[in-house]
Amino acid sequence: MELAQANLEVFAATLLELARQDPDLLVVTSDSRGSAKLAPFAKAVPGQIVEVGIAEQNLVGVAAGLAAAGKKVFAVSPACFLTARSLEQIKNDLCYSDRPVKAVGISAGVSYGALGTTHHSLHDYAVLRAIHNITIVAPADNFETREAVRAAARLTTPVYLRFGKKRMPHLPQVEPGFQLGRASLIREGTDLSFLACGETVAPAYEAAELLAKDGIQCRVLSLHTIKPLDVAAVRKAATETGGVITVEEHSVNGGLGEACAGFLLQEGIHARFKILGFPDDHTVTGSQEEIFRHYGIDGPGLADLARTLRAKR
Amino acid sequence: MLTERDLELKSVQYRKALLRLIKACGAGHTGGDLSCLDILNVLYNRILRVSPETFKSPDRDFYIQSKGHCAETLFVVLADRGFFPEKDLETLNRYGSHYIGHPTRDVYGVEQNTGALGHGLAVAVGIALAGKIDRKDYRVFTLLGDGELAEGSNWEAAMTAAHYRLDNLIAIVDRNGLQITGSTEDVCQLSPLEEKFESFGFAVQRCNGNDIGELVRTFEGVPFRPGKPSLVLAKTRKGKGVSFMENVAKWHHGVPNDDEFNRAIAELEAAEAAIA
Repeated sequence: MELAQANLEVFAATLLELARQDPDLLVVTSDSRGSAKLAPFAKAVPGQIVEVGIAEQNLVGVAAGLAAAGKKVFAVSPACFLTARSLEQIKNDLCYSDRPVKAVGISAGVSYGALGTTHHSLHDYAVLRAIHNITIVAPADNFETREAVRAAARLTTPVYLRFGKKRMPHLPQVEPGFQLGRASLIREGTDLSFLACGETVAPAYEAAELLAKDGIQCRVLSLHTIKPLDVAAVRKAATETGGVITVEEHSVNGGLGEACAGFLLQEGIHARFKILGFPDDHTVTGSQEEIFRHYGIDGPGLADLARTLRAKR
Repeated sequence: MLTERDLELKSVQYRKALLRLIKACGAGHTGGDLSCLDILNVLYNRILRVSPETFKSPDRDFYIQSKGHCAETLFVVLADRGFFPEKDLETLNRYGSHYIGHPTRDVYGVEQNTGALGHGLAVAVGIALAGKIDRKDYRVFTLLGDGELAEGSNWEAAMTAAHYRLDNLIAIVDRNGLQITGSTEDVCQLSPLEEKFESFGFAVQRCNGNDIGELVRTFEGVPFRPGKPSLVLAKTRKGKGVSFMENVAKWHHGVPNDDEFNRAIAELEAAEAAIA
């Protein structure tokens, strides 16, 4: 598929649009403006960016204080550091204290590829799902990114936005519009469903197109909002199609897949079901693309998985 | 305006109210509550430009209690200042109560939920920075325990405070020298704190944190230097005001038995009579 911009770049551009309309909007960075594509933002509205240095705990604490004084704050840092090192600040200073800061995890998942596990965030959905009072969003493409940033800015509660840094294709919109907490239908189908989020929606769509050549019609949903989960869409996928494969750039433990599984099991809905993510193991080394391929998170890998799942009785 | 003698009297009355509260609910950080009590008394009755009527004003002074475990003293002072009825404190630590062992924003008058250490200074920095951006003249006070200074996040926030020249920020260290395990210097040496904060860009003043007059004069002198955040190194005694609790680590979160409680109240009533 033809590639458009990286979601990160769309995030930065959207934020600049919002900042120009609202002088109370501030971005806080931890020596991360370059990697967050926020250098143009800093140049355009220099009074609306606050630098705290390489100090992620401080990043979130200061953001909470700015929000306490009425500012609309986006705190931006690599997802790996933001959601691990400053997890206690997210939990206490934002979520528990009701400070509506938007915590933005950049270069998320295995975007940093060969930089290794220190720079990967495969735990963030799991830890944040267990914290009350935060919306978790991983947009799939440029459109969803733009809409998600704008919607997050309007929310008066904390939000975690997660972005990768590779260029993404424009994905089809079967139904127009975007709403936090409501899955986006990327492709209709009844033979199987791919429920994916973030940068794994594109390979899920690619797999669906491959399977269509064999006459297998798959539904593809972008579950961009991991919390609160669109359980109605999950239910429909499990009951209306021949099975569900969840796909995420995250550990198989505690992420999107387990959120869907937990819901379906407790609702008594039994479907052929597979969680595809990163196994509980040291992550293989390589580029993001190579790592994805290794774990089967690419078009051919997902298509194979779909065939295997469909063959299961 | 309350005189220093009035404030001294209030401190004794607060100590009595505090011990009654801790005794009634069966829990509390008694030692630290008593060490920081005079500081809160002076702040809320003399220094802070905030009241129940102005608590939601964007121009109020802010107080963030980073050493959240000494919530009982904060609650006693807020109740006395009329933020909520003192009777509400009968529910402290009870099932379903907003009044728990740490400050939360569910309690009117509390600015930020605290309890985990090393969080308050960064939040105070954020509020102070917003004040500078908006050219407001409010001030932000935050109270830190000395033991909590081992949390590295404090030093991250301290660097930011100096970097942005936040002279509207006043950090106060309740330097009672004890933490749960024992002396702060035995647990993990903090000294020299004055030099540490000065080297991080703060203007530092020492004072006796249990002396009303010194506290008033110190706080009336902020900012100590234009363009620099202020640090008040308030030397205090853990358990201050009750002879057998003073400087004894076990009172960190000790709750007095009936005999200890009666002896403590008797000591405080004698002190009250001496002032009045």
